[in-house]
Amino acid sequence: MILHGRVWKFDNNVDTDVIIPVQHTIGTDLEEFGKHCMEGLDPNFAAKVSPGDIIVAGANFGCGSSREPAPLAIKAVGISCVIAKSFARIFYRNAFNVGLPLLDSADAWDGVEEGDEIEVNLDSGEIRVVSGGTIFKANPIPTFMQQLIRDGGLMNHIARKLDF
Amino acid sequence: MSMTITEKILAAHTSEGVVTPGELIDVSIDVIMGHDLSTPLAIHEMEKIGAKKVFDPEKIILVPDHFTPNKDVNAAESCKRMREFAERQGIAHYYEIGEMGIAHALLPEQGLVVPGDVIVGGDSHSCTYGAIGSFATGVGSTDLAAAMLTGTLWLKVPESMKLILRGKPRRWVSAKDLILHILGDLGVDGALYKAMEFAGDTVELLPISGRLTMANMVVEAGAKNGIFGVDKITETYLHGRARREYRVFQSDPNARYADVREYDVGSLEPMVAFPFSPGNVRPVSEATDVSIDQVVIGSCTNGRIEDLRMAAEVLQGRKVAPGVRLIVIPATQDIYGRAIKEGLLEIFLAAHGVVSPPTCGPCVGGHMGVLAKGESAASTTNRNFIGRMGHPESMVYLVSPAVAAASAVKGRIAHPDEVIRIGK
Repeated sequence: MILHGRVWKFDNNVDTDVIIPVQHTIGTDLEEFGKHCMEGLDPNFAAKVSPGDIIVAGANFGCGSSREPAPLAIKAVGISCVIAKSFARIFYRNAFNVGLPLLDSADAWDGVEEGDEIEVNLDSGEIRVVSGGTIFKANPIPTFMQQLIRDGGLMNHIARKLDF
Repeated sequence: MSMTITEKILAAHTSEGVVTPGELIDVSIDVIMGHDLSTPLAIHEMEKIGAKKVFDPEKIILVPDHFTPNKDVNAAESCKRMREFAERQGIAHYYEIGEMGIAHALLPEQGLVVPGDVIVGGDSHSCTYGAIGSFATGVGSTDLAAAMLTGTLWLKVPESMKLILRGKPRRWVSAKDLILHILGDLGVDGALYKAMEFAGDTVELLPISGRLTMANMVVEAGAKNGIFGVDKITETYLHGRARREYRVFQSDPNARYADVREYDVGSLEPMVAFPFSPGNVRPVSEATDVSIDQVVIGSCTNGRIEDLRMAAEVLQGRKVAPGVRLIVIPATQDIYGRAIKEGLLEIFLAAHGVVSPPTCGPCVGGHMGVLAKGESAASTTNRNFIGRMGHPESMVYLVSPAVAAASAVKGRIAHPDEVIRIGK
């Protein structure tokens, strides 16, 4: 699967409190979560993002609270994928569980600028800057996570195995 | 094969009976905890795929602790949804206001979690339960739904790191200061995906309340779980409390660790984590020029009776500085009752503090003490991220209950010795 999008850059240790402040995490309204995406760092982020855009961040992205509205907000605002140097573990699980793909790449962050158009191959882990053609390599998505994305998240994955 | 305590507990919950770090496994789960922020989304996920029944209502514990007493209509609706779900599913371990508490204080206190358990909670601080020799980790709502539905979850077996603490801490240096010191050393991703196993003569003398405080904050270093071995102190704590039989696991002497670190804590000062990271830690002597508007004493980190006693000792016969708001939050109904009997609440009230019902409240910026733009708080909670306790331009300094109490008296961050003179 190939994704195209514009880059939004963030630093190290982006925590889930800034991804979505807690007062907006009550309930199950995904669109409402999306409106507050990244509000703690940039109150206008949701208004600026176009569908398909890609977040490129430093280390430990998604640290802190286990709130699932964090990956849901990122997905709802239209971000197609998050690339980071590393991810906090609960965020990593939550993202794949709700069908938001993540790639970890040690050098993409240093090599791309905010606003760059990039092309991401989720199968090979290749990240290409459209103008200039520089290519960065991310670690391939583990087989089990690929399965989760194919099945449409964890609940659909287990629904296939269970009989109600 | 030699294994760590974390590996042994996980192995005992798989069909294979053996695990190695890095391996993906399916584990059976003994206890599943959900609260009023994580559970409604989990119910939504279950309903989306048409699931009707949880796998075992006895193993599920639901605690509305974050925005309760309901802070607004949205919170009330969320809690109602969770309450009705508990009724429908026959979940007996649903703790309503009046018998509830902050889940991470309530579950150990009520003997609902025991050594050898695999516990998952829809909250990142579920790692707290590792204090009594269990494997406990935080998950999100979809994992919570999957666990409630199937009683199992996939996990990656973590590598373990061993943290050996030696020496007798000085007066006023508490478990909170120890874990802040370790976070300062490791940084906020220094234990990413790992198990943090605590050992050494310092922790051997540490009461369970202190071990709960330390295990609570391992997630602040990115760890999957924190764990203490079971010893006499654990057994005494569990006596008459544990609701189930339990199995004791200990690390093998030649178990493998990804990292072993030793800390001499004998000369340590009380510690302060500065905004905006729990890893941004300095000794209290470097923080005494920080003026504060609010003090919070409570939370899953430091809302237990031992914490309230420590704060009361500093506040007895004193008043908070003019302009400082002191909010004390006993973590459970039982702790609240004990604090009344012991005369602690009287001390807090006489000091011009207020006492809140059990709730996560201000720790998560929910209610019951949210900060305005430009305000600062000294707080015994666990996170000081941007906007954590309110306005994005407010600031939280993480401290122990004793330092919080001393800071309330001084109106700035203070060492308890500044309030209670040495030798007095």
